[in-house]
Amino acid sequence: MKRRIGIDVGGTNTDAVYLEDARVVHAVKTPTTRDVTSGVTDALRRLLQAGAPVAVDAAMIGTTHFTNAVVQRRDLTRVAAIRIGLPSGASLEPFVDWPEDLAALVRGEVFMLEGGHEFDGRALVPLDIAGVRAAARRIREAGLTSVGIASVFSPLNASCELEAARIVAEECPGVALTMSHQLGRIGLLERENATLLNAALVGLARTTAQAFTDALAASGIRAPLYLTQNDGTVMLASVAEAFPVYGFASGPTNSMRGAAFLSKLTDALVIDVGGTTTDIGSLRRGFPREANNVIEIGGVRTLFRMPDLLSIGLGGGSLVGRAPLSVGPRSVGYRLVEEGLVFGGEELTATDIAVAAGLIDLGDRRRVASLPAELVSGAVARMHAMIDEAVDRMKTDAGDEPLIAVGGGCFLVPERINGISEVIHVEHQAVANAVGAAIAQVSGEIDRIFQDLSRDEAIARARQLAEAQAASAGADPRTLTTVEVEDLPLAYLPGNSLRVRVRVVGEIA
Amino acid sequence: MTLRPVSAAEIESLAIGAWILGTGGGGSPYLALLNMRKLYRRGVVVSLLDPMDLADDARVAVVSNMGAPLVGQERLTDPRTIALAVRMMEEYRGCRFDAVMSLEIGGGNSLQPFMAAAVLGLPVVDADCMGRAFPEAQMTSFAIHDLTMYPLTLADVRDNAVVVARAASWKWMERLSRKACVEVGSIASTCKAPRTGKEVKECGILYSTSKAIRLGETVQSARRQHRDAVQAVIEAESGQLMFRGKICDVARRTTEGFLRGTAKLDGLDDFRGRSFELAFQNEFAVGWLDGQPRVMTPDLICVLDSVSGDAIGTETLRYGQRVSVIALPAPPVLLTPKGLEHVGPRAFGYDLEFRSVFA
Repeated sequence: MKRRIGIDVGGTNTDAVYLEDARVVHAVKTPTTRDVTSGVTDALRRLLQAGAPVAVDAAMIGTTHFTNAVVQRRDLTRVAAIRIGLPSGASLEPFVDWPEDLAALVRGEVFMLEGGHEFDGRALVPLDIAGVRAAARRIREAGLTSVGIASVFSPLNASCELEAARIVAEECPGVALTMSHQLGRIGLLERENATLLNAALVGLARTTAQAFTDALAASGIRAPLYLTQNDGTVMLASVAEAFPVYGFASGPTNSMRGAAFLSKLTDALVIDVGGTTTDIGSLRRGFPREANNVIEIGGVRTLFRMPDLLSIGLGGGSLVGRAPLSVGPRSVGYRLVEEGLVFGGEELTATDIAVAAGLIDLGDRRRVASLPAELVSGAVARMHAMIDEAVDRMKTDAGDEPLIAVGGGCFLVPERINGISEVIHVEHQAVANAVGAAIAQVSGEIDRIFQDLSRDEAIARARQLAEAQAASAGADPRTLTTVEVEDLPLAYLPGNSLRVRVRVVGEIA
Repeated sequence: MTLRPVSAAEIESLAIGAWILGTGGGGSPYLALLNMRKLYRRGVVVSLLDPMDLADDARVAVVSNMGAPLVGQERLTDPRTIALAVRMMEEYRGCRFDAVMSLEIGGGNSLQPFMAAAVLGLPVVDADCMGRAFPEAQMTSFAIHDLTMYPLTLADVRDNAVVVARAASWKWMERLSRKACVEVGSIASTCKAPRTGKEVKECGILYSTSKAIRLGETVQSARRQHRDAVQAVIEAESGQLMFRGKICDVARRTTEGFLRGTAKLDGLDDFRGRSFELAFQNEFAVGWLDGQPRVMTPDLICVLDSVSGDAIGTETLRYGQRVSVIALPAPPVLLTPKGLEHVGPRAFGYDLEFRSVFA
């Protein structure tokens, strides 16, 4: 690892760090702006002013934008869901296990049509082409701009999804299409959920990726731009914008990797208090403990591998209500420095309470001097109780563990928490996310069907291809390690067919 | 007859407990659970019937979803299909059932009788005929007791239906129904040979439904108290810890609708430096510690997430998972010489003399 810029765009702050040979050389923190671009531009400008060079090897941006959009039910596009697989699965329709408030925002039209495949590649029933066309016309009439298509066994045979997508594109020019086979794995409901969430976010993703590209160009930095993903690796921004769901939880992954890097601890709980949310996770051997189970995003089951995290709606920008007393989940987010009381605004936020309580000195302390003492102590007690309860829920060990507190709002974390041996603060703790982004690796992944090879030969071949892909994406071939190998035999296909998925990661060359 | 309404919370616990008793197979109960939640939200309440309250001549439908769990993750289960299999049997036999029961309490099949019962308005008998999950039809307490194995009805969502009117043996029943199942895509809803109340009382594995509910409640309560859920299960069900470690390799192959394969584990904690290998045929069949046979069917071999205590199926084993392998005692009928012929290691092709870890 040589010269890298890592940027984290949170709901409240945009942080940037410059790392040289695994050392944090410069770090800056600026408010996230309404247009995102100027905040990133500002962070980069300040980083360059601090002495960072324009010639760097890579710039990596991590953002909680997409997760926040789902958690807060904001900036989501209403989508059409096309499920292909009737007559099977009729009792469990798309959006079946979604929280009702999220489904109400995202669910545009739902179509369940005949088609799909068997596990051995035969058609389940022929695709209802007329039904797809009728659905497409209905989508156009309803004015929906994004469509998610999921077909039974599409990871093995994507033809129904491709055909349906072709028809929808024909009837609805310019519509955004997400097909479930692009997102991967066996498990119709979870794959469909990921597809529908992706469809709900592509609009936001396009504008966000463009904003980042513009900001980098404006600052004069000419390094390749990567977006971080939930597994702690990065993807070229041009690829990442079509798959915002891969960016889910990348912020927390980055902050936990950053916390491990900065604290030199490998086993601890990590609490990352941002402007809008607080994430709590567990570090095991320097990496976030991954949830073994299906992962819920904003209450929706998906099949991504992600850090096992608990998110609560508490951050420095959380709105505090007076009567009755409430804290979050609504947040002023990036508008904290305009709307927070101590910054001259009119909104009472968690940060204002912390300033009034003397937990931190920010802005103009006099502007919160007249807050009733019982309001301040009540709100602090409420926030501490929220953190206490969330930490308790994440703990899986009855013994005491250290807790690394990071993030711009970590002043909200009480020094004493039940079950915690010590609350650890580290240098650059407020920019741990950006540090985690900067140290991210490049990955290569192959998911392909091999025929007439032994299992070992097929895996070896897949590994070679994945390594070549990672190298062409900028990884140093000498640093590549295999992080995932999965194989699935396919009966009744010609030859000895085996589906192999191999993922390798390595350092940027 | 003592009928006990089963609460929505108990349905949730049943799903957790049954997945553990699935010993890696039987399919995740999640999708059946979603169906049950929908039915309960509509006001359905299914009742559980004490098997000892069955009249000797009561007619009991034994139901199961048959096929590869992997297929079930794509072709989602539907209460109407399992109800259809029961209706077909009533039509074929020309008489009505008094209750339904599960073929296997392990995995998703624990909830199939509840789905059928919800549609048909029948009670569910607190019993099954495996006490866990097994891959084949002859691996049941009814087969061990030499009860009649036919007829069987098999329903597919595409309006395909098969009645296996007669079979020369349990193995033949398995072969005939399995072929039909593979033909319709390796997933089908089946109603097995109908049972009388007397047969259930004498040859069934009784109270296994309430056992699965209790097991689920043990895990839920341990999680709430931040206790080690794996240890809680071991203590509550007189189990034993076989291994704790990390999965370092998984190999799978499908043959005739079965998922066969092996998983290799590297030890962690007290097992650091040691290795464990698991063989499965839909369910976990044998476990070797450092190359020596350590645990084998019909003892229940359960692989649990070391942190959450959630069961992990043979389909969902993944490289890098941190797991605990535990053994739970098998129902006594499976441990008899006759039982071992049906479900001992040799029945799965392992030339091993059965030794229970609980002996």
